Amino acid sequence: MSLPRETVVKVAGLARLELTDSEIATFSQQLGGILDYVAMLDELDTTAVEPMVHAIELTNVLREDTLVPSLPREDGLKNAPKQDGRYFLVPAILEG
Amino acid sequence: MGLVDLSASELLDQLRSGKVSSLEVTQACLDAIAARDPAIHAFLHVDADDALNQAAAIDDRRAKGEPLGLLAGLPIALKDVVCQRGQPATCASRMLERFVAPYDAHAVTKLRQADAVLLGRTNLDEFAMGSSSENSAFGVTRNPWDPSRIPGGSSAGSAAAVAARMTPISLGSDTGGSIRQPAGLCGIVGMKPTYGRISRYGLIAYASSLDQIGAFGTDVRSVATAIEAMSGHDGRDSTSVNQPVVELSKTVDQPLKGLKIGIVPEHFGAGLDSEIAAAVQKAIDVYKHLGAEVREVTLPHAKYCIATYYLIACSEASSNLSRYDGVHYGHRAESFENLTEMYAKSRGEAFGPEVKRRIMLGTYALSTGYYDQYYVKALKVRRLIRQDFDAAFEQVDVIAGPVTPTAAFPIGEKANDPLAMYLGDIYTISANLAGLPAIALPCGFTTNNLPIGMQLQGRPFDEERVLRAARMFEAATDWHTRKPSG
Repeated sequence: MSLPRETVVKVAGLARLELTDSEIATFSQQLGGILDYVAMLDELDTTAVEPMVHAIELTNVLREDTLVPSLPREDGLKNAPKQDGRYFLVPAILEG
Repeated sequence: MGLVDLSASELLDQLRSGKVSSLEVTQACLDAIAARDPAIHAFLHVDADDALNQAAAIDDRRAKGEPLGLLAGLPIALKDVVCQRGQPATCASRMLERFVAPYDAHAVTKLRQADAVLLGRTNLDEFAMGSSSENSAFGVTRNPWDPSRIPGGSSAGSAAAVAARMTPISLGSDTGGSIRQPAGLCGIVGMKPTYGRISRYGLIAYASSLDQIGAFGTDVRSVATAIEAMSGHDGRDSTSVNQPVVELSKTVDQPLKGLKIGIVPEHFGAGLDSEIAAAVQKAIDVYKHLGAEVREVTLPHAKYCIATYYLIACSEASSNLSRYDGVHYGHRAESFENLTEMYAKSRGEAFGPEVKRRIMLGTYALSTGYYDQYYVKALKVRRLIRQDFDAAFEQVDVIAGPVTPTAAFPIGEKANDPLAMYLGDIYTISANLAGLPAIALPCGFTTNNLPIGMQLQGRPFDEERVLRAARMFEAATDWHTRKPSG
């Protein structure tokens, strides 16, 4: 099976991922093939099985709420594509 | 034989006794990198001055008689996916091409506390997604045994650097086999400890419920020492487990009495290369000869592990990699109309094909209408896989089997067939799903002189027994002493 082109485009939109036409065509084939393969899980009746989200099933890990130094602002901004020494700069999101 | 031909544990003995200095060992590694790495491409970044300064400082402290850590003076290479303050951490991605880590990962802090010399940053499949290094944005790493073949992945550079004797040990990360598979294909020892044993703080995330840091070396004792040095609780990783750290470097040489080894018929089925099957069978015979009891155990859900893994890992990846938005760090597109387009273009331009493929699969599996069918279903099968292991470990102490179904394959062979590439992870993936400690070690060679690895998997937090069992085999054989020519 291949994944319909419109599904690939929709998923790419959800993932905020711009794809070229040739990538859309390739992924349509490849993701379809992978989904065919993973369909083998349907052979298993798992109605009575609890999902396992982690290998070590810890709950409620608590620690003291103590103040510790955090990353200095300068270090936090250092890798930003655009910043003004105080803030991360992004394009305006409100028109007008 | 030069300094670089010694194992980490041999070098540590010589460093402690004062026979060699850290400066000499570090310089020998830098010389080996200069001579050999142009043909291998294991390293993405080497800061020679920084490494030599670290070495000189440790030599100085040793001369003053100060107490030193477990790895004092020993060079270690780091997979370019853990943060080391002031050094690049690119994840072999255009996305992080100019990223410089602002802090140390916990494992790196532990290595500094152990007085290791941080030598350089190694190549990998982009964001640790892949099994060959062909997904690196900065070029493929070559297998030191045959440069026309892949070294395995994703910790390709860390494995190849140790195999080619450019560093005695290295750090890797393993989400579905990314330490054990390249260790097996490069003829060295590599271990992924139990999930939670080594903090993931500062390890750039791929699939958080599966990612685990581990180590490579040329013998079991070296790997035991590195794992011991990096282990321990860290409050900054809520999945880091607060369990006492065993002195693995001291116990590793003690043979186990009454060792029970499990073999799994599912591991020797269709798809396994006959030379690998024969080598692993011979290795199991070595254990019999050493007095171990070998029993058959079954893992009935083994065939579902790849499907389960790719659904869970890609779902987690699609969530984890949403942080690359062109705002806080990483690539930002030059031109865009609005914020949404800035995100989509930045990500579309900077991620490679395999990363995009996994983000797409994960986003699909988590999307409305498919969440229960794919993601939750995979989480349920994950529990069945874990229960298989729990039952098996009631009967045996470790499970022995092959690391990979085939030896190292030629560069390009599987590059256009992602599913074929995924199927190569069939023996390694379940240890991540179940959170088990597992080690790969050399157990033979093919007629083409390519390394064959054996995998031992153990109970959660039983690294000690896995390492001692591995060392028993190593002490009785000499596969680990072979090294590639050139």
